[in-house]
Amino acid sequence: MSILVNKNTRVITQGITGSAGLFHTKQAIEYGTKMVGGTTPGKGGTTIEGVPVFNTVEEAVKSTGANASVIYVPPAFAADAILEAADAGIELIVCITEGIPVFDMVNVKRYLENKKSRLIGPNCPGVITPGECKIGIMPGYIHKRGHVGVVSRSGTLTYEAVHQLTQLGIGQSSAVGIGGDPVNGTNFVDVLTMYNNDPETEAVIMIGEIGGNAEEDAAAYIKEHMKKPVVGFIAGRSAPPGKRMGHAGAIISGGKGTATEKVAAMEAAGIRVANTPSEMGSTLYQVLEERQLLEKCKS
Amino acid sequence: MNIHEYQAKAVLRQYGVAVPEGEVAFTVDDAVQIANRFGGKAVVKAQIHAGGRGKAGGVKLARSMDEVKNHASELLGKVLVTHQTGPEGKLVKRLLIETLTDIKKEYYIGLVLDRSIGQVVMMASAEGGMEIEEVAAKTPEKIFRESIDPAIGLQGFQARKLAFSIGIPNELVNKAVKFMLGLYQVFVEKDCSIAEINPLVVTGDGNVMALDAKLNFDDNALFRHKDILELRDLDEEDPREVEASKYELSYIALTGNIGCMVNGAGLAMATMDTIKYYGGEPANFLDVGGGASEEKVTEAFKIILADEGVRGILVNIFGGIMKCDVIANGVVAAAKQVGLDRPLVVRLEGTNVDMGKKILNESGLAIHAADSLAEAAQKIIQLVG
Repeated sequence: MSILVNKNTRVITQGITGSAGLFHTKQAIEYGTKMVGGTTPGKGGTTIEGVPVFNTVEEAVKSTGANASVIYVPPAFAADAILEAADAGIELIVCITEGIPVFDMVNVKRYLENKKSRLIGPNCPGVITPGECKIGIMPGYIHKRGHVGVVSRSGTLTYEAVHQLTQLGIGQSSAVGIGGDPVNGTNFVDVLTMYNNDPETEAVIMIGEIGGNAEEDAAAYIKEHMKKPVVGFIAGRSAPPGKRMGHAGAIISGGKGTATEKVAAMEAAGIRVANTPSEMGSTLYQVLEERQLLEKCKS
Repeated sequence: MNIHEYQAKAVLRQYGVAVPEGEVAFTVDDAVQIANRFGGKAVVKAQIHAGGRGKAGGVKLARSMDEVKNHASELLGKVLVTHQTGPEGKLVKRLLIETLTDIKKEYYIGLVLDRSIGQVVMMASAEGGMEIEEVAAKTPEKIFRESIDPAIGLQGFQARKLAFSIGIPNELVNKAVKFMLGLYQVFVEKDCSIAEINPLVVTGDGNVMALDAKLNFDDNALFRHKDILELRDLDEEDPREVEASKYELSYIALTGNIGCMVNGAGLAMATMDTIKYYGGEPANFLDVGGGASEEKVTEAFKIILADEGVRGILVNIFGGIMKCDVIANGVVAAAKQVGLDRPLVVRLEGTNVDMGKKILNESGLAIHAADSLAEAAQKIIQLVG
């Protein structure tokens, strides 16, 4: 088991003939992801990297039985691509694109309410189940199959956490980047619930940052429902208020969304929070040791 | 992106949202001529991108042409310090000259995104003129909210509920509703991130209008609003941030002495945090992005070094798809090109990390390599003293 994706996930790339789409499709194929096709309007009927290209997602789904898609189209067209995937019945839509207008995402979120699709992102590195399926831009080789779930709003901090775990001999069940935008498809609580129900996951690393209150919501969920230990990290303790720190969603506004509030909420929920990103792996290691889960997680 | 009050009011006017008559003045002569057309009486309002102007003496009432002239001369060229500008204040270069408004009562109307539900929320309060954060902290029951379904937009009944809740006089509720619906239309059609009317006023002659107006816009949507982009006032922005934006570098100036260059926004924040954790002070936030090319690294170095307060630099890169050897070559080339004159600590991790470190060590430059971010932070703090 794992969450969201596994070796049976059939993936198409929306925007497959663009430079990012093509590059990461190649990387995914090399990793062993079951890439079954892609779309670029107007390029239907051609083949690229050995997979068929379609004009529409609907055609791609009909021909390939795809149940997941990854989106690399430019920000002005990305919301439309998400809607198209949802309309075609794609179960898992992973949107990598950064810079989508907030209102486009407000509309997308509303549209998805009555659809069966789950959206991950946008503005995220993607989702990976090590050794089985890599959807997104993360470097595959730093991962190792195992029992720790990772969930994060930041791409490079996810890689940091995964890398540290792998160096310590601790593998991951899955790693999910939920993205740095203020309106996204999947939040911490959604992913934590999945890890909670996943028999393969023994512990979770949750990486948050300033802005919004997704971490506070997650802390409330963890306190109430989480059966497994969670270790956290919050980026932005030194961030000034009112400034957008790179991610569209990373902003302290009206004194709300500070790292201090988030760390306090998480600690109150029993989450051990690392002081620096260098300590994410070692903090989890320690918790696993205390809970006598280390042996299982290192196997 | 932020715009000035007079620009925000012009946008509102396009949508039929009521605002007082007014015009922008760049000189005292402009101010006098405009006030003359208004019959010699006017409000003279300093235009800077910060709130709290009234309390800081940036808004003045003129009941004669002499007063207009005096106020305009005093405010133009003045550095206005409000609680939002920081102690350095902001230089006033533009004034809004507005007709006098006969204020009966002040209210608050605002639109923001509620991130937890992914919808826009209209907020209203009878506590006009007060900061909404303060009202929310002290008397949260005085703020009324309506969340707006994006599929159908703000509805009349929602606006009516808000208008009645905050005590708009019965005979003016329809005008208030029209105002709110128009404001929501502006918010959506212009991709605003914040719209704040504080105060909204009811006037002696039975009007409902925006006495002040603040509009912020979603940077990611500016590509479809050329008209709004033209309103950008570079004087209001940090010149280093303006320079960085030309190279698509995400840069924010801070006050410390350790310059930072990092890939990824989360890691960039965490790098600043780590410097601070070990007792140092970061000089900036800088995300060079996922594809940290040599050109981008060079420009980033130039921007960091242009800050005279910077006494050392910490580069922290996690090489994923972008390999460490490529990044190391970029750092070395950039350091040579800009003539690096301050200590540099580089922490590389990820793909081809050993090759990357070798390139740094053999570069002949005084680059200090570090294995972890914690070590890198401590090293650079030591080096800057």
